[in-house]
Parts: sequence; structure tokens; C-alpha cells
Amino acid sequence: MVKLKKDNLIIAKKKFNSRLIVGTGKYKTMSECAEAIKLSGAEIVTVAVRRVNIIDKKKPLLMDYIDPKKITYLPNTAGCFNSKEALRTLRLAREIGGWTLVKLEVLGDKKNLFPEMIETLKSTEILSKEGFQVMVYCNDDPLMAKRLENVGACAIMPLAAPIGSGLGIQNKVNIKIIRSQTKLPIIIDAGLGQASDATIAMELGCDGVLVNTAIAKAKKPFEMAKAFKNAVIAGRQSFLSGRIEKSLMGNPSSPIEGII
Amino acid sequence: MKNIKKIKITVNGKIKLIKEKTKLSHLINGLKIPIKKVAIELNEEIMDKKNLNRIILKKKDKLEIVHFIGGG
Repeated sequence: MVKLKKDNLIIAKKKFNSRLIVGTGKYKTMSECAEAIKLSGAEIVTVAVRRVNIIDKKKPLLMDYIDPKKITYLPNTAGCFNSKEALRTLRLAREIGGWTLVKLEVLGDKKNLFPEMIETLKSTEILSKEGFQVMVYCNDDPLMAKRLENVGACAIMPLAAPIGSGLGIQNKVNIKIIRSQTKLPIIIDAGLGQASDATIAMELGCDGVLVNTAIAKAKKPFEMAKAFKNAVIAGRQSFLSGRIEKSLMGNPSSPIEGII
Repeated sequence: MKNIKKIKITVNGKIKLIKEKTKLSHLINGLKIPIKKVAIELNEEIMDKKNLNRIILKKKDKLEIVHFIGGG
């Protein structure tokens, strides 16, 4: 039997079995978050950097629920609206314990949460020079994606739709163009609403998807975590299998020859 | 008895009164903060966690102690 080459997700030379990355925000409790991650099969989770509560020390800590030795923490810069804030956040994240694989996200508008791409580009360049491996949240703009690659991004993370909107992939054409022009991992980040959205992303040739709200805010987060896990696997398999050509006319599945 | 002077510093946006010449390591220990799970910034400069006992806090110092929480 021919042994198939293992189909790993490779980011900054690190290998991962799962192509699903999940966020750890918006869950009702830490234990719900931990269980959903387990069920999703994700090996990378995004985390935010925030002030320690120095008054209520009994508040549960993320690290007590999700072991950073088993699951790769991907510190993000959610909530940062300029390069200075983003750089400060990620330098602090690195100081917590050597995290250099990071997700950069510089937002430009509080309502639509679209990325501020000029600040994002500037930050990507600085962080890459400082030795970070930067996965970059960006618009679905092929030109900007190329520029991010040129300044050292280790993964391109175009949005499907606004963060938390659940609208699914709005511009498949742009995602395909971005796919065609780079060998860097492309992770669809933000805006997915249901499992089939993840399948579509994978069928477009993306290397992975990042999901938070669609799982955390589903009526049954555990079931949705499993659904996304399966959807990503299905989409990847479908992409690798080589789909049939599209045709305007029908093409019978049973042979014409021998009809009685 | 000698009167110990107190100074005001800011920790995570909150004013805190501490004894003069308090070492940063002493303050962190006193707050029972798990050092391995946080990063510390003093006046917007990241501190090397190995050297906290060399830092003596001054009045108006601004301290930020951060950790990882759930996020997307």
C-alpha cells in the first residue's frame, strides 16, 4: 500500500496535525473553553494579554485550564488600535515565557473591526526583525497580503468577514488570488459562522481556519467544536482530492450503453 | 521609633501605597503573583523577571503586570 505523505499544517517550521485554530474568548467558563478546545482537536489557541487582577486573586487563570506545554498559545493583540500598542503587547507576551509565535491584529475601526493595514504592515516588519514569527490578521487584499509577506510575515490571516459577524467568506475570489500568489500558510481568520464556512475556506486551498465566536457562542459549543473539527478535515480532503470540472449541462452518472 | 516613609505608585492602573525602598520582587511576592505566568512592565519598560530584586521602586512608578486570558 502506498503510504500517504502526512498532511501537516506547518507554521514557522513547526508542525501541527490539526488545521483548526481556536480562540479562547467569549466562553461562559474556563472549563467550558477547555472542553471545547479538546473536542475541536485544535493544537493552537489564541490568547489575549491583559492586566492581572491584583484584587481578586481567586479568579481562575487560563494556564490552569489550558496547559501551554500541550497546546500552543498564540498571543494576540486584540484590542490594539495602533502599532505602538501592538508591539508593547507582544513584547510583554514574549516576556511571559518566551512566546515568539504571535498573532498580530491591529484594528482600525471600533464598529466594523477591520484591520488598520498601514499600522499592521509597519508592526509586522518591526516584529519580524525582533525575531518574532508573526501571523498577520489582514484584509482579503492580495496586494497587502504580498506586502506582508515581503516584510516577513510567517502566515497570512485574511478575514472572511468582520470579526464575530458569522457572515462566512464574503470574497472567495480574493482568497483564491491570495492563495495562488503565496506559499506561506493562509489561515482564514474572523467572520465564520458555521462549520460549512470552514469547509469552504479549506476547499479554496487555505491551510487552516481560526474560529472563536462561532464555537463559543453556538447554542451547543461542544457540538459546534466537533462540527468545525470535521468540517476542516472534510474541506482539506476535498481540496486535496481534486474536484471535478463544473459544467452547465447534465452528465449522466449511469452508462447510456446497454439501456433496455 | 523611626517613622517609615510611604510612597504612592500605580499598579495596573490602581494607586498603591508602599514602603519607601520596596524592592520590585518584594512587591510581586506580596501580591502573591505567580511570576512564571506574568510579564512586568515598569514605566513602560519590560522588566527581566530574573532581576526584580535589583529594582527599587520610586514614587510615581507605574507598574503593569499582565498575563494571558481568553481571547480570539
